[in-house]
Amino acid sequence: MNWGTILDNTLSFMLSPETIGFMLAALGLAVHFGYAGLLNFGMAGFMAIGAYGYAISILSFGFPWWAAMLVSIVGAVIFAILLGIPTLKLRGDYLAIVTIAAAEIVRLLFQSRVFDEWTNSADGLGGYHDSFRSANPIPEGTFGIGPWEFTSDQWWSRLFGLFLVALGLLLVWLLMRSPWGRVLKGIREDEDAVRSLGKNVYLYKMQALIIGGVLGALGGVVIALPSAVIPQYYLPSLTFFVWTALLLGGAATLFGPILGAVLYWGVMAFLAGLLPAMANEGWLPMSSTAAGNFRFVLVGLALMLLVAFRPQGLLGNKKEMTFVK
Amino acid sequence: MTAKLTPSRQARRAGALLLLLCGLLALDLFGAPPGGAQDAPGGDEPAQDADAPRFRGTLEDKKGTRTRSDDEPVAGVVIIARDASGEQVAETTSAEDGSWELVLPGPGTFTAEIDADTLPSGLALTERDPRPVTVNAGESKIQIFELGARTRNQVTTFDRILQLSFAGVRFGLIIAITSVGLSLIFGTTGLTNFAHAEMVTFGAIIALWMWNLGLPILLAIVVAVIASGLFGWSFDAALWRPLRRRGIGLVQMMILTIGASLAGRYIFLIFIGGGTSQLPGTGGVRHQIFGPVKLSTVDMVSMGLSLLVLLAVSYWLLRTRIGKATRAVADNRQLASASGIDVESVTRIVWVIGGALAGLSGVLWAYFRPGIKWDMGVQILLLIFAAVVLGGLGTAFGALIGSLVIGILVEVSTLWIPSDIKYVGALGVLVIVLLFRPQGLLGRRERVG
Repeated sequence: MNWGTILDNTLSFMLSPETIGFMLAALGLAVHFGYAGLLNFGMAGFMAIGAYGYAISILSFGFPWWAAMLVSIVGAVIFAILLGIPTLKLRGDYLAIVTIAAAEIVRLLFQSRVFDEWTNSADGLGGYHDSFRSANPIPEGTFGIGPWEFTSDQWWSRLFGLFLVALGLLLVWLLMRSPWGRVLKGIREDEDAVRSLGKNVYLYKMQALIIGGVLGALGGVVIALPSAVIPQYYLPSLTFFVWTALLLGGAATLFGPILGAVLYWGVMAFLAGLLPAMANEGWLPMSSTAAGNFRFVLVGLALMLLVAFRPQGLLGNKKEMTFVK
Repeated sequence: MTAKLTPSRQARRAGALLLLLCGLLALDLFGAPPGGAQDAPGGDEPAQDADAPRFRGTLEDKKGTRTRSDDEPVAGVVIIARDASGEQVAETTSAEDGSWELVLPGPGTFTAEIDADTLPSGLALTERDPRPVTVNAGESKIQIFELGARTRNQVTTFDRILQLSFAGVRFGLIIAITSVGLSLIFGTTGLTNFAHAEMVTFGAIIALWMWNLGLPILLAIVVAVIASGLFGWSFDAALWRPLRRRGIGLVQMMILTIGASLAGRYIFLIFIGGGTSQLPGTGGVRHQIFGPVKLSTVDMVSMGLSLLVLLAVSYWLLRTRIGKATRAVADNRQLASASGIDVESVTRIVWVIGGALAGLSGVLWAYFRPGIKWDMGVQILLLIFAAVVLGGLGTAFGALIGSLVIGILVEVSTLWIPSDIKYVGALGVLVIVLLFRPQGLLGRRERVG
C-alpha cells in the first residue's frame, strides 16, 4: 500500500474546486438551517441551477463568464422565491419533503430530452472554460509546494473559489451580527414570539432562503468551473453530503461549514485511496470497487452519529442548537 | 427490458417453424403448386437463383413500444424490390411468422418497399424513406421495416388513456402498500422516515436471495415479507426506541433517517453491485383482459395481491382492537396513552407492519420496474411521499387514495409529456397540494403546524 500517494491525494483534494464549492454550499445551508432553522433538503437543486445557469449562458447565449455567474445568481433567487412561496409557511418536515422534491424536479428537467438543445440531456455540458480562463491573471506555469502543485488555470479556479468563500463569509458574518440576523435567529428559536413582536416572519425566512440559495448556486458554479456539468451529480444524495459536511463543522457557526467541507472531503479522499488499497491487500473481504463505495456507508453512519451525539458539530455550541427538536 | 426471448415467444417461434416445415413437407409430397415457393422463404428456389442476391427480413408489429415480448408477426404483406430506374423487379408476400425473402435478378442497387395497401388496417410504416441498397452476388441483406414503432395508428387516444390508467392503478397500488405503512409510522411516532426506501429495496433483495437459494418464488416472497417485518421491528428496537427514550427531537430523527437511508443504500450496493437482476417470471406474455388492456399473469397476481393486502390492512385498522388503538395513537399519542393504550407496543406493531408492507411492495415494484437494483427504493421514495402528503400525512386511507391518484397521474401524463419527466408531474402535485390544501385530501387542518 502506497501511503505517500494516498496522503498526497488527500491533501490535494482538500483544496480542490469540489471542496471549495462544498464550502460555499455548506455556508448557504448554514444560513438556511443553522441561522434560520429552515430544513432545506434541496441544496442540490440550487447547485444544479448555479452550474447549469453558468454553462448554458456561456454555451447557448455566448455570455462572458462574469455575466454567466450573474445569471446563476438570478436563477437561484427565482428558484428560492418559487420554492419559498408554497413551503415557508409549513412545518419543518413538510419543508424537507418539498425541497427534496423541488430539487428532483430541477434535476429531471435538466436531464430530460425535452430541453436537449440547451442542456444536452443526460450527457451534460462541457467545454465552456475559455471565457473564464482568458480572464486568468496568473502567468503560465506550475506553482505550489508538495501536494498543492497546480497549473495556472487550476490555481485560477481555486483562488477565485476561495475569493467567493471569503466574500460569503464576510456577508454571513456581517448579516448575522446585524439586527436582521438577530431577528432571524429569533425566528429559529421561536417563530411565534418573533411574530408577536410585529416582524414579518415569512419575509425574513424568504430572504434567508434566497441568500443561502445564492451561496449554494455559487458553490455549484465553483464545482463546475474547471470540470463539466453532469445531471447525475445533482442527486438528492449530493444534498445529504453537504448536510454531513455542515453538521460535521457546526451548523450555527461561521467557520463550521468551511472546516466541515475540508474535513469531509479530506476523509472521503483518504478513504477513496485507503479502502480499495486495503481490499487489494486482502484486508477487506470485498472487491476494490465495493470498498470504494463503503465510504458512503461510513458517511451515512457519520451523519447518524453526529446528529444523535453531537448535533452542534465540531465548532458549535450546544446552546445554539436547542431549536433542533 | 430484457432482450431475451420469453418461453412463450420461443414456443410461438417454434410453432411457426413447425408450420413451415409441414408446409414444405406437403409441397414435397403433393408437388409444388405454382408460386407456392413465394410464401415459403428459404424453401426450394429454382436452381439458377442459387447465386442471386436476396433481400430478406421479418415484419413485426412493434405495438408502439420498445418491449419485444409484445411484438407480433405481420403476415400477408406484399414487399417489392425496384431497381435503380424504379422498375419493379421482384415481389413477395410475408409468411405466417412475418418473414419474407426477395430474390433479386442479379448484383446491383435495389430498393425494397412495402406495398402500403396490403398492410393490415391501422398499421403504418414508420420509416417512409426507402434507401437504395447495393448487393453482390450470393449476398442476402436484411431489410428492416419499422411497423408500428412509436406511432401506432390503430390505438385511439381513449384506448391509450384506458391502458395507461390501468398501468397507473397497478403502479398506484404498489405505492399504496408502502405509503400506508409510512403514513402509519408517521402518525404513531411523528417520524418522517426517509429510510423507508431502503425497507422497500430490502424486501426485493431478500426475495431474490431466497430464490437464488432455491426456494420457489412464492415462498421466497413470503420469506421476504416476514424478513422485512422483522427488519422493521429491529430497526425500531435498535434505533428509534432508544432515541425516543432519550427524548431526541423529531428534526434530529429525520436527519438520522437520512443517514440510515444513505448507509443502507450503499450497503445494498456493496452486496448486490450496481447492476439489475430480475426475479423469475418478469415480463411474461400479456393476455388481453378487455378492450386494449393487456396484463401478464404476474401483473394480475400483483394487482390481486395488492388489493387483498390493502383490504386486510383496512379491516385491521377499522375492525380490530389493535387497529383501532393504532388509529387512536396516530390521531393523538398523549390522549391514547392517557386512555390506557400501550403506545409503545402499538408503535412496535406499526413498525413490523410498515416493514412487511414495504418489503412486499419492494417485490412488486421489482416486477413493475422491472428489476432489482440497489437504489430502486429511492426511485419511488418521493412518489411515496407525494402520495402520503396528497392524502394527508398520518392518515392511512388518505395515503391509499393519494397513491392511486399519483400512480394514475404518472402513467397517464405520459400521453402529453415525455416519459423521462413523468415523475415531474407527480412531484409538482406535491408542491401544489401544499400550496392550496396543506393538510391533504383527508387530513385535518390542525395537523399542520
